[in-house]
Amino acid sequence: MVATQQTIDKVKEVTSSYKYGFITELEAEKAPLGLSEEIVKFISNKKKEPKWLLDWRLKAYKKWLTLDEPNWAMVNFPKIDFQDIYYYSAPKTKPKLNSLDEVDPELLKTYEKLGIPIKEQEALAGVAVDYVFDSVSVATTFREKLADEGIIFCPISEAVQNYPDLVKKYIGSVIPIGDNYYAALNSAVFTDGSFVFVPKGVKCPMELSTYFRINEQNSGQFERTLIIVEDNAYVSYLEGCTAPQRDENQLHAAVVELVAMDDAEIKYSTVQNWYPGDKDGKGGIYNFVTKRGNCLGKRSKISWTQVETGSAITWKYPSCVLKGDNSVGEFYSVAVANNAQQADTGTKMIHIGKNTKSTIISKGISAGKAQNTYRGQVQIQKNAMGSRNFTQCDSLLIGNQCGAHTVPYINQHTPSARVEHEATTSKISEDQLFYCLQRGLDSEQATSLIVNGFCKEVMKELPMEFAVEAQKLIGISLEGSVG
Amino acid sequence: MSLLEIKNAHLKLDDKNILNGVSLSVNKGEVHAIMGPNGSGKSTLSYMLAGRDGYELEEGEILLDGISLSEMEADERARSGLFLAFQYPVELPGVGGMSFLREAVNSRRKFLGEEELDHLGFVKEARKEASKMYVKDEMLKRAVNVGFSGGEKKRFEILQMAMLKPKVSILDETDSGLDVDALKIVSDGVNAQRNNDNAIVVITHYQRLLDYIVPDFVHILSDGIIIKSGGPELALEVEKNGYSGLINAA
Repeated sequence: MVATQQTIDKVKEVTSSYKYGFITELEAEKAPLGLSEEIVKFISNKKKEPKWLLDWRLKAYKKWLTLDEPNWAMVNFPKIDFQDIYYYSAPKTKPKLNSLDEVDPELLKTYEKLGIPIKEQEALAGVAVDYVFDSVSVATTFREKLADEGIIFCPISEAVQNYPDLVKKYIGSVIPIGDNYYAALNSAVFTDGSFVFVPKGVKCPMELSTYFRINEQNSGQFERTLIIVEDNAYVSYLEGCTAPQRDENQLHAAVVELVAMDDAEIKYSTVQNWYPGDKDGKGGIYNFVTKRGNCLGKRSKISWTQVETGSAITWKYPSCVLKGDNSVGEFYSVAVANNAQQADTGTKMIHIGKNTKSTIISKGISAGKAQNTYRGQVQIQKNAMGSRNFTQCDSLLIGNQCGAHTVPYINQHTPSARVEHEATTSKISEDQLFYCLQRGLDSEQATSLIVNGFCKEVMKELPMEFAVEAQKLIGISLEGSVG
Repeated sequence: MSLLEIKNAHLKLDDKNILNGVSLSVNKGEVHAIMGPNGSGKSTLSYMLAGRDGYELEEGEILLDGISLSEMEADERARSGLFLAFQYPVELPGVGGMSFLREAVNSRRKFLGEEELDHLGFVKEARKEASKMYVKDEMLKRAVNVGFSGGEKKRFEILQMAMLKPKVSILDETDSGLDVDALKIVSDGVNAQRNNDNAIVVITHYQRLLDYIVPDFVHILSDGIIIKSGGPELALEVEKNGYSGLINAA
């Protein structure tokens, strides 16, 4: 299953260097520029939130004021002026919609340009999409079908109104408000995101999908996602991102929390394709994301799969806290960095329960002048008897001006545990390229094919329709890196 | 008009003269063998024809079906109908054989203005050709050339040739690493593709392969120049007397 020919065709249709660089004209309702207690109150008030949530936000804001931006990652960027960002903007659409016909036609056009015709997607893929457009979710599909199963899939702002007990119980339970600088910021000003609740024994019959899209100029995106899966239940969640081209850097600081109970399984897949900036990295997205899953229950399983091709800077470590005995954590990652992109990404596997197991497969591809770092922590705590970790980090270099770095931290406090780490670094060889060219593939097709081969172990973890899209993205993002 | 025309080809590698004026005309329907001792320039000749980076002509010209290849990149030459069966086929980890074949075939079809084959149509066609080469489905699911035996690699090369239907195929030391049984399968595969519209150039060190793929013409390459041309009997002469006798006589 190779999509490279399509990739080439797609690329040829595109006149600008970044395919998704168009801007939707929707009037936005904005908060004043900058961040203060007043802004936090403004957001909470706009969303008609209960007092406990406002208090929680204010507590996070105060915590944030005391924290420093992390500086340990291998990324360089000018200091962000947090007072020069709009923290709230909402498209002026009717908040309650009965059908897609009521959705702003401009918005529908945007999704069409992205190659995601809504109707087609509904019909063909059976995917329920919770559209997050800027900060407010404007349409939700398939919700009724899911409701029949007792599954809740809605914007988190709605969950705050309709299921306050669930939200109150779990929000911040995996990632405390003071966890890190960006998580604290998100907790103070998050605008919307997804909420998923799968009750005991229910296997979610379809893949849940959210397309994020940063749109409003200078409006930071602070998505908040919370997924709770009860005993013996299962969900697969897809997150895909594209952003229009902008001159100024856009900050994105999302928080995703997952909770898995006894025998529960959560599969969380991401394809991230935000604007990476121009050849010099100007104008790209800053992506500072905190994602963590709590394997609370026995034999629970959380699996993160990510394909990261976009953003000027990626700072992201989807992690698993393996509390339940025999729980399983997995992290499958492809990170592509081209031109001036900088990626510092990896995972943390915290083994607390007995016989917990984690697998880390990371594939980093560097091209142009990009720097790509895998940073991972495997921690086996003293009661995690019989636990195991296997880590494989492979780096592929294209050209001779880029860099690949692997920074594994291993803390083991239990003699009976086993931790394995394998790492390789390779280059696309001239022989491989020539072989492909001799079969009639052009150099971009050849590169895409070889790189997708390199990433295969990770790509096969993605749901089918996502894998096809991801393969195309990898090809597109490596354009011009060879030859 | 010849299908492949090499005119006075000169090529240097690291300032060393490797090809010193090779000329050769290959017509439709013909099979030519180029024989020569180690270091005579055989593999350089095949890379030069295929357009590998660094193997550009210093002087001379090559024409495929009347069109000059000199300004074409390797992939354009391939799509135009030039195929090289590699002496050492290259491993492509993670790239499935079937996907690779489909990409290659569709590139060629697109160039020819033919419709690209859909997935099912392609798989059907590939399986048909594969079975002729004793290439099992399981092998097409594996990554290209990864963990293939010597025989499997060469069978896969000839399968690609069969699928791509090139105008001119260059077989570079295709017999190397093959036992007698594998040699027969590969040769049968090549012979099945001989027709009046294409041509094959077999580059080989040993006469052995030419018992199976019988050439119309044999050329002896020595120090980057063809010193003698003849019929199949020339190969037998090499087998009997070695290259030295011919080279000394030249």
